[in-house]
Amino acid sequence: MQTINKFSMNFLARSSNEGFARACIAAFAAGLDPTLEELNDIKTAVSEAVTNCIVHAYAEKIGKVYIMAEILEGGIIKIKIRDNGCGIENVDMAMQPLFTTVGGERAGLGFAVMQSFMDGIRVTSKVGRGTTVTMLKKISPRITVNG
Amino acid sequence: MAVEITVKGEVVTAYLAGEIDHHSAAGMREKIDSAVDSNMPSLLVLDFGGVSFMDSSGIGLVMGRYRNLQKTGASLHITGASPQIAKIMQLAGMNRLAKIN
Repeated sequence: MQTINKFSMNFLARSSNEGFARACIAAFAAGLDPTLEELNDIKTAVSEAVTNCIVHAYAEKIGKVYIMAEILEGGIIKIKIRDNGCGIENVDMAMQPLFTTVGGERAGLGFAVMQSFMDGIRVTSKVGRGTTVTMLKKISPRITVNG
Repeated sequence: MAVEITVKGEVVTAYLAGEIDHHSAAGMREKIDSAVDSNMPSLLVLDFGGVSFMDSSGIGLVMGRYRNLQKTGASLHITGASPQIAKIMQLAGMNRLAKIN
């Protein structure tokens, strides 16, 4: 599938950057003219993935979070969020709704939200090496009245 | 912090505003818990009318307050949720814990 536009960035895994990451992806996705709901779905999924990097991957240190996003032919946005953190031992278990390793007030819904709000998600992880979350969403074409 | 608290009789209302994520949720939690601890309400209302964005950290915020209120038998109401917030609350099954307007 042909890439129409692409951007990448990285930032330190500080919680103050969660809003920054959402704002960046929202500005990039705006190129696809998404509905407000589609835009909110993308922002929410990215917020969950970035929060996972901060809370889980880099629980013991402040590492870097890498985001790469592409707009593909056919109105598809592909977002890859990667860390070099602790990794996930059992990805299938981590993706179960309500599963959380940190307790406190984390709801354990991060992956459930990503799965529900995006059209596709793939998670690859190696313990001690890091995790990559790749998500896809198809933006519905809008019917324009005056061209 | 983007939380305004009002107390009327046995009802504490927390008006939340801005974006609720892992970064902002902790400060909101402290302010709400402090109001609940000092007023011991029979009803806590969480008003999301001023909230422009919320991820699952907001679900954690609601679930945590619900658990605290259970200790005293107080109720929880959720109001003012935008379609985006209602969508994530529905996914999390929040309607089973609290009355949502």
